[in-house]
Amino acid sequence: MDLREPPLRDTHDDAGAQFTDFGGWEMPVEFDSIRTEHAAVRESVGKFDVSHMGEIAVSGPDATALLNRLTTNDVAALDPGEAQYAAITDADGIMLDDTVVYNLPAGADAEYLFVPNAGHDGEMYERWVAHREEWGLDATVENRTTAYAIIAVQGPDAPDLLGGVTDVDLADMARFDISAGDVAGVDSLVARTGYTGEHGFELLCPWDDAETVWSALECQPCGLGARDTLRLEMGFLLSGQDFHPEDNPRTPYEADIGFVVKLDTEFVGRDALEGISVEGHESELVGLTLVDRGVPRHGYDVTTPDGDHLGTVTSGTMSPTLGEAIALAYLPVEYAEPDRSVRVVIRGEPKKARTTATPFLS
Amino acid sequence: MSFEIPDDLRYLASHEWVRQQDGTVRVGISDFAQDELGDVVFVELPDEGDEFDAEESFGVVESIKAVSDIYAPVGGTVTATNEQLLDEPELVNDDPYGEGWMIELETDADLDDLLSPDEYREQIA
Repeated sequence: MDLREPPLRDTHDDAGAQFTDFGGWEMPVEFDSIRTEHAAVRESVGKFDVSHMGEIAVSGPDATALLNRLTTNDVAALDPGEAQYAAITDADGIMLDDTVVYNLPAGADAEYLFVPNAGHDGEMYERWVAHREEWGLDATVENRTTAYAIIAVQGPDAPDLLGGVTDVDLADMARFDISAGDVAGVDSLVARTGYTGEHGFELLCPWDDAETVWSALECQPCGLGARDTLRLEMGFLLSGQDFHPEDNPRTPYEADIGFVVKLDTEFVGRDALEGISVEGHESELVGLTLVDRGVPRHGYDVTTPDGDHLGTVTSGTMSPTLGEAIALAYLPVEYAEPDRSVRVVIRGEPKKARTTATPFLS
Repeated sequence: MSFEIPDDLRYLASHEWVRQQDGTVRVGISDFAQDELGDVVFVELPDEGDEFDAEESFGVVESIKAVSDIYAPVGGTVTATNEQLLDEPELVNDDPYGEGWMIELETDADLDDLLSPDEYREQIA
């Protein structure tokens, strides 16, 4: 099957990017070096093309009800111009995806927009339409994944850089706020969101205007390689890797994002999650830092010092900022406390590691 | 992109280089290989005295995004390892033919059986 291409694919190619298949999209993984790109975001500012993320628009009298019944967070708590992180679960409380739900500012051409992960847009569109029909709700659902490009501008200097090309008052924006405005002459949505742990913004602009916005932001272009090391230092989840409905089925409690579950709302999976919230869960996503030398990677076993199996690494890397090897793994809940001694089995060798509170980067 | 391929070395199809020295050979990975790997963050090397056959894996080099075995271009006994790489694995990126070398081997193998610089250039073209 042909890969889907972001609107800036040729621009990235001209910039010397290496590409990878990510969720069915041909995306830049690296422009210069992951270390250089990672450092730019931590120390100054970098830009990412994340147009592979999906966008589903929901409007109409029952838009709030539809979103509230298909995501775990409380959408009704959002005012226009606000956003929230949420999980999308099945009836058993298993995470199908994680997402950001935007209640768009007044004047936008939809009331809500939510952002499924790469390659999930079709499935989520169908899920929303099917449940709208089942529940007889009056809402319009549109898959706008190829209507919007998303460009993330992240890092301590992001406000200064973006402030030079937009009329949006960035200083007034709180985390998870979204405003409409002009970016480099293009009507865009500017959200104070991101997935790097840094001060930053995500810009949603028309697909065909992506080049104008991208080129106006003169800073280090960054690929998905740096995005992965940045998000992992923060302990943020990667859909499909840190959870997957078939390969690695997890509830939001296990994935350590129980804060997005609002049991006082009605949503698919609520009853199962309420039961789990009472009875407790057996394993939880835990941070690990290697003491011995080595690099933990997806799929490596985690054991006790005696060699008893505890779990499996879901994400791991050498942290460019910390200079330490870090990982996430689902372990029995008693290992969620920091400084427990475990082993990560690397090429048959048990390497010493300790459990670590996330984010790894304070 | 053009890669540095010194004319005084011999190469393996798996991107290791080998340099004839007095009594031993020195081994590392090529400029092309380090570029393909990206930022090298970890190198696992053998102990002095370990013996390897030609094309046998003697260690591992890991970048942020990939793990690769490194192969002995010729059979022999390890006489030295580059301990500096344990603390500064990025030397493999910065200076693959110099400070980023990996091991030295005592060998009686004939390096002429390996890829010449031109043959290696052709391979990565």
